[in-house]
Amino acid sequence: MKGMTVIVKTVTRWVKVFIFLYGIYIIITGHLAPGGGFAGGVIIACSYILLMLAYGREFALKQLSSRAAHRLDSSAALLFLVVALLGLGYGGIFFGNFLQARYPGAAFKLLSSGTIPISNIAIGIKVAASLFLIFIILSVLRIVPGEDGTNKMVQDEEEE
Amino acid sequence: MIYSLCFILFIIGLYCVLTKKNMVKIVIGLVIMEYGVNLFLVLVGYRRDGVAPIMDKTTDPLEFLATSVDPLPQALVVTSIVIGLGVTTLAIALCIKLYEKYGTFDISEIRRLKG
Amino acid sequence: MGIEIYLLVLLIFIIVGALIAVEAKNLLSAVISLGAVGFGLSIAFLFLRAPDLAIVQIAVEVILLIFFIRATIGRDIIPAKGHIHWAGLVVVCLLMVAVFVFGFFAFRSLNEFGAPIIASVQDAPSNKYLKDGLKETGAANIVTAVLLDYRAYDTLGEATVLFAAIIGALAVLRGRAATEKTGSRRNVSRRTESRRAGSEGRKDK
Repeated sequence: MKGMTVIVKTVTRWVKVFIFLYGIYIIITGHLAPGGGFAGGVIIACSYILLMLAYGREFALKQLSSRAAHRLDSSAALLFLVVALLGLGYGGIFFGNFLQARYPGAAFKLLSSGTIPISNIAIGIKVAASLFLIFIILSVLRIVPGEDGTNKMVQDEEEE
Repeated sequence: MIYSLCFILFIIGLYCVLTKKNMVKIVIGLVIMEYGVNLFLVLVGYRRDGVAPIMDKTTDPLEFLATSVDPLPQALVVTSIVIGLGVTTLAIALCIKLYEKYGTFDISEIRRLKG
Repeated sequence: MGIEIYLLVLLIFIIVGALIAVEAKNLLSAVISLGAVGFGLSIAFLFLRAPDLAIVQIAVEVILLIFFIRATIGRDIIPAKGHIHWAGLVVVCLLMVAVFVFGFFAFRSLNEFGAPIIASVQDAPSNKYLKDGLKETGAANIVTAVLLDYRAYDTLGEATVLFAAIIGALAVLRGRAATEKTGSRRNVSRRTESRRAGSEGRKDK
């Protein structure tokens, strides 16, 4: 699939940045306003999926290859676990909020509530990378009906 | 009354899973069941004329305690929605693989072709 | 009384959408009706004072629709026909009625709609979260405080389930992924071909 028409491509070029920014906003203000890691991660994955649908798979994979997505996914999960283990080490409780106990920030500020923003960022990256990977896996091949009633599998690039 | 309507949603999903022969329809039934359960959990935690469990600078803590809806089911349902997405995706991947192998979505056909 | 009427209308809309999704002949229209159900659910969450859930639901619904359409487009070439045998259908309907009656009587033992457990039980955990949440965790959003501080084990389990789902999908569709890595090729016996291609790719590295 070489991508869609020039109208879709032009609109995508302008809109993708705002979708991405909105996802980041949802993630980093997750402890103050509605939102959080889950919602923001899904929105960021949406922006990459839009890119892939509009421009074709090669372009999107050039921005974020599947290997890099694998690494992001695993390292975000690891970051989440490291936060949990640091809580065990410093506060004595698995997932203990040691930063809030030591340096209690002012409430309703962006830099407050200890480990919660860090966990939010980790969860957001993990969900985004996971959904992007799943979409890559699901969209490798497509079935088209053949002439004699049988169905053929074709790669997306050859379809154009 | 509202609980019963929510349960009807669940029953529709169950009916779809039990009677349909199309694999994609079965996955759709699973998704509808999941929606019914999520909505029921949130309905149980609702307080009449409540406020969302998000504090503000002007919020009075005691009044917030007396009027906020239950935050615990909401937190669990957030997790449940994302897990449902993962499970549904896995089911869709299985459907695609079976279609690739047998060329049909009909589960009775697939059962006949076994072996 | 106001919110109940809104919720009733919305729930009837959701149920009609679900019925269309179940009974539609065309797979694509069934999938789109499922999307209508999901968006109606998102509005219902907004009425129930759960904005976090509304955001998550609307984003997840969009992605789910894309996945479903990706899976079903151009594939309902051989329509799966019909229902199960009529005796089986009767048994299923009786089972439905039994389950519904059971549920109806079970729901009568719950609290009334609009009067949650936390209003009647004073030492419920949610009351502690609402009272001490801002002081102990510093998060103004109590849902996030519960999700990532008080009950972070759940979130860790969720991350694990998501990870397992990806690994499962990768394992199911691995042949196709290996074909993609070594370049595009059209073939008849694609499974053996892609397996061979995958092993060649591994040898090259």
